[in-house]
Amino acid sequence: MSLRVRSCRAHSGCVLVVNEVNTEPEGRANMPKTSYSKPSVGATGKTGSWRTFDPVINYKECSKCRTCWLYCPEAVITLEDDGTPHIDYDYCKGCGICAQVCPRKCIDMVRKGTRDEEDEE
Amino acid sequence: MTEEAAVRIKDMLEKDEILSSGHRMCAGCAAPTIVKLMGMALRGPTVVCEATGCLEVATTIYPYTAWKIPWIHVAFENASAVASGVVEAYKVMHQKGRFEHEHVDVIAIGGDGGTFDIGFGSLSGMLERGHDVVYMVYDNGAYQNTGIQRSGATLPGQETTTSWAGKVSPGKEQRKKPIAEIVAAHKIPYVATVSPYHRRDFIQKFRKALEVEGPAFIHAISPCPRGWRSETGKSMELAKLAVETGIHPLYEVFDGEEYKMSGPSKRIKELTPIEDYMKPQGQFRHLFKDPQWEGFREQIQTWIKEDWELLKKKCGVE
Repeated sequence: MSLRVRSCRAHSGCVLVVNEVNTEPEGRANMPKTSYSKPSVGATGKTGSWRTFDPVINYKECSKCRTCWLYCPEAVITLEDDGTPHIDYDYCKGCGICAQVCPRKCIDMVRKGTRDEEDEE
Repeated sequence: MTEEAAVRIKDMLEKDEILSSGHRMCAGCAAPTIVKLMGMALRGPTVVCEATGCLEVATTIYPYTAWKIPWIHVAFENASAVASGVVEAYKVMHQKGRFEHEHVDVIAIGGDGGTFDIGFGSLSGMLERGHDVVYMVYDNGAYQNTGIQRSGATLPGQETTTSWAGKVSPGKEQRKKPIAEIVAAHKIPYVATVSPYHRRDFIQKFRKALEVEGPAFIHAISPCPRGWRSETGKSMELAKLAVETGIHPLYEVFDGEEYKMSGPSKRIKELTPIEDYMKPQGQFRHLFKDPQWEGFREQIQTWIKEDWELLKKKCGVE
């Protein structure tokens, strides 16, 4: 990513506007000009920003039944080989279906920003 | 070429998800779960033709797409017609030696607006011509994509932006179109109703639909937190309650004649009162708030009981 700086055209007159210039390969401008679309993860941006409540798995209680993985509409839950679920917070919209379907009720929905990120592992 | 349908969770883990994350469906929408379960039932090369609807608009914003399998978008009214064309095109391409696979599974997906109302003519035409297509409708009870307008699939008593509830009207006053039975009346080989909550039943039925020769129809209920004004986390619970209350009974119809009730519905001893289904949804709020609509609520319950008894008789249960 590179930054382009130009002076503001608005009449408040005192701020600089910083535009992000997207130089990442998956950017819209760099996609091949075809009449068909290419599949990609996060096709419409990081939908994790929609979230109000974060799902947090209590790994001590989790029985690795994979029910959350099965019903997750966003396909953001990935499983380890032994079935331990992990949530991709970049794309999770925080709908809470996983917390609702969990047979042991070991997924808690906590308000965004209050999650202890070190707790994850 | 032919893969097994993944019915056990162990097998499901082997299958790739056909919809990637990061699409723009609303939080809590059940349609992506339906597509995910559909993906578990696939058996080989597959093409999806999709009518305009929530699922189409939100998963494929040009130049991106969340679909990992070949997918084509068509207008509201002609998903089935295009699906017929795709079947014919592959047949001809195979004959001319330009395409290696002898058979391609073609799935047409439509929302309830695109199936019950707008696309019904072309759906009926496809069924009559007998093209080998599986048509799946994800029924969220209104035109949720364009702003929650009333459709043929809207339940009586449901409040939408074109059937407001208030002092004069209790929301939609008419009954829901029995689409599965209308389609079954075309005498097509296979018709089934499914709910995403009952996943095993869903996958088995979808696989059966793919395997039959000729057209098949799947009617899936898809809770919509935005339009139903319910909590996002409750979608799967509502999908389960829709079956238990008899609003969306699960059954199969073979050749338009032989009705067979499926396990989850068969196990119901007595229907759950409709209030349990309505209370978590804001769109039925007026039926509880305003005492004058109590009679209408009872009327809905009576209609549902009637339909349930009729269905039980058709299926030969009890």
